[in-house]
Amino acid sequence: MEAYLFYIVAAITVLSGVYLVFEKNPVFGALYLIQTMLSIAVLYILLEAQFVAAVQIIVYAGAIMVLFLFVIMLLNLNIKEEKKNALPFQRIPAILMGIALFTVICIVIKSKLLQGKGDHYTTAYMNSMGNTKIIGTLLFTEYLLPFEITSILLFAAAIGAIMLAKRKL
Amino acid sequence: MITLTHYLVLSAILFTLGVVGVLIRRNAIIIFMCIELMLNAVNLSFVAFAHYLNSMQGQMFVIFVMTVAAAEAAVGLAIIVAVFRNKETVNIDDINIMKW
Amino acid sequence: MLNLVALILLFPLLGAAVNGLIGKRLQKEHVGYLACGVIGLSFLVSLLVFCGLLLLPPAERLFEKEVFCWIESGSFKSVVGLQVDPLSTLMILVVTGVGFLIHIYSIGYMHQDKGYHRYFSYLNLFTFSMLLLVLSNNFLLMFIGWEAVGLCSYLLIGFWFEKKSASNAAKKAFVVNRVGDFGFALGIMLIFLTFHSIDFTEVLSAASHGHFEAGSFTITIITLLLFMGATGKSAQIPLYTWLPDAMEGPTPVSALIHAATMVTAGVYMIVRCNALYMLSPFTMTVVASIGAVTALFAASVGLVQNDIKRVLAYSTISQLGYMFLACGVGAFTAGVFHLMTHAFFKALLFLGSGSVIHALSGEQDMRKMGGLRHHIPTTYKTFLIGTVAIAGIPPFAGFFSKDEILLESLTRGNFIYWSMGALAAFFTAFYMFRLLFMTFHGKSRLDHHAAEHLHESPRNMTLPLTVLAGLSLFGGFLGIPGASAIQHFLSPVLGGHGHTEISGAASGGHHGAGLPYLMMVVSTAIALGGIFLAYYLYIKKPELPKKLAERFRLIYKLLLNKYYVDEIYDVLFVNTTKKISAQILWKFVDVKMIDGSVNGIARLVRGFGNVLRLLQTGYIRNYAFYIVLGCIFVVVLAVFGK
Repeated sequence: MEAYLFYIVAAITVLSGVYLVFEKNPVFGALYLIQTMLSIAVLYILLEAQFVAAVQIIVYAGAIMVLFLFVIMLLNLNIKEEKKNALPFQRIPAILMGIALFTVICIVIKSKLLQGKGDHYTTAYMNSMGNTKIIGTLLFTEYLLPFEITSILLFAAAIGAIMLAKRKL
Repeated sequence: MITLTHYLVLSAILFTLGVVGVLIRRNAIIIFMCIELMLNAVNLSFVAFAHYLNSMQGQMFVIFVMTVAAAEAAVGLAIIVAVFRNKETVNIDDINIMKW
Repeated sequence: MLNLVALILLFPLLGAAVNGLIGKRLQKEHVGYLACGVIGLSFLVSLLVFCGLLLLPPAERLFEKEVFCWIESGSFKSVVGLQVDPLSTLMILVVTGVGFLIHIYSIGYMHQDKGYHRYFSYLNLFTFSMLLLVLSNNFLLMFIGWEAVGLCSYLLIGFWFEKKSASNAAKKAFVVNRVGDFGFALGIMLIFLTFHSIDFTEVLSAASHGHFEAGSFTITIITLLLFMGATGKSAQIPLYTWLPDAMEGPTPVSALIHAATMVTAGVYMIVRCNALYMLSPFTMTVVASIGAVTALFAASVGLVQNDIKRVLAYSTISQLGYMFLACGVGAFTAGVFHLMTHAFFKALLFLGSGSVIHALSGEQDMRKMGGLRHHIPTTYKTFLIGTVAIAGIPPFAGFFSKDEILLESLTRGNFIYWSMGALAAFFTAFYMFRLLFMTFHGKSRLDHHAAEHLHESPRNMTLPLTVLAGLSLFGGFLGIPGASAIQHFLSPVLGGHGHTEISGAASGGHHGAGLPYLMMVVSTAIALGGIFLAYYLYIKKPELPKKLAERFRLIYKLLLNKYYVDEIYDVLFVNTTKKISAQILWKFVDVKMIDGSVNGIARLVRGFGNVLRLLQTGYIRNYAFYIVLGCIFVVVLAVFGK
């Protein structure tokens, strides 16, 4: 059951990714990306990361992608936008290189170079505690410093966005 | 049985799609979305690793990556808006002042 | 007391630094007092050191003070070290003593000059350099002092650099000295290769203890190279041409540098290296010959010159020739003795001429002087003493030293040396009294403007004149034949070779006891003859010189134009060098080769750039492509590279 679910969702994810890359209309492209993110959220649930899945939907598919759409609407972009192509000869090499990159990554995955150390957060333990509670505890204990720095980062980003968006730079 | 490798390969496919998108598309916003796709691919592998290693580090990382992605999206889109205001275009082949 | 020796150097350097850096903001009097004060202090310390040295037994009169280690590289070691022995003590006494008087004199002489503080800064720096030269305990440090006095000489000759002739003279002095310094530097390198040391004590003791046989080729080359340096600094043939031109500088400078101290550096250096020179008879012959020829040559040029300072300049060259003659025949003591007396009377004469020039508001041509003795009596009296001293009339200083040199040149050298020296002495007496008569006696030939402003110099100028006159009068008694104090004092440095003790009366023993006294009579007679001739030509029959000049037109012209040496040098060296520089070095080596290679490299880089810039399209996607390519490459390398 779980395997079938994975294959279906993975297929949807890849397909919408392909559509995103080759779709002419940016609005549709954004919608395909949202589709991708939603299916990735499903995969997170399959991987028992419920909180991350929720955040994925709320922050990514909700906030960030709305921002994208908003900008697309704001700039009134259309299909003609990509009229000029200065590097037409780069299309085929780029796709070939993508295949090469994929091959290399697969080789790395297969080579077992990526080895990690296990921890005690087993499924049983997570279910007993609750995923969100564990993440919350970790954020305010072990990861407190990165968490605080993130707040500074967001603050800086907010100021930067405001500065850039001002009419007179 | 779905193993770690399945997820990693899926992640690799998504990442490669993002890369190819960045290389062949000319609309700055679509390129930006392709970058988001790459970030998501990486997030997926993080969570997959976390799950199969019984660890929380992957999930924690994903949360931070999401924050950075949010910040990046805000600033990046602001830049695109600013550029569009000056150049009346978001086609990056028209914005080629890297070489004067 | 000997430990104070570093102070001798420190004071003038301090004065130079203060005057040079903040002298502009100081008051004029303070600048002068400071400059004189530091030299005065230096002189006092020198006296202390001298006394300290006298307290030691003669055999132990050598004190070395290593201030710090300067360069140490492999077997090469050079320290900044000072050496106090009778020779260097004598030199520092002369340098600081005469220098002090000239500093005082300069206060009066330069009081109207714009570059007052600059002048005194240079003068202090010069004194420092000269002291460094004479006090150093190794060749390299001596070379530093040697170069530094050259630099100061350049700065001071070109002191009035707005004047084209002055800056030209400065350049000439610098370039000509460079030729000599080149030899000196090579000599030092050869000394290091031969002796594996550049320390005076080590080199000289190695030389005097018979590690090298007399007449060895290496020693001959070393001594010849060192002598080349000496000819440059001490204005000997063939490198003397800069000294007459150096009179473009202020007169006290001429007195201090180009008469009393710096030009004696070459003599000092040879005397210092006497152990080396004693090993090479060939070099000694060269030194003596060049000295004798220079003495005669310069004296003959001095006969007809009309510029008061120019006469004195040629006189200086001639007297330096005497010193080299003395060194060349092995009479180092006589050379040093003459160096000292010459410092007294030549400084006196130069300062006296400066006083004359000062009185006449800058006039230097003797044809426009005459009859000055009533207007500037102090200057006249002191100048007379100096003239008599240089002419060699007993009992003035010049008599004893010159007589000793002539005697030594006969007893140790040969008759030719003596006759050249004697003829030069005759010339000297003649041109000096010609100068005296033309300037101070006879009818006044002043122009109207100069006559109006005629005045005796202020006290601070006449005082040094008086002191120097006293020294010229009595300085000779230090070296009375038979009871020579100076010879006794210098014997630890020069006495180690069994040569110097047979000076004066002692050496007379080989040639009959009467010889020294006969020689005294002869040289006095020669001097008197010269004086009489000058008196006859310029007082009795003032119209006669003109007739003689007409009669011997060719010789007169030759002498007046200084044997055309400058012109010959111009044709031989200056123009040739210019041509080679312009045609080969500039148009070919510089433009074609150096510029060509530099431009070629630039062109090469530009060519590469033109190819490589094709990669730089300016399209971000293109760059991203390369980045991904690079990423793949790195991953492949990481996975398969192991």
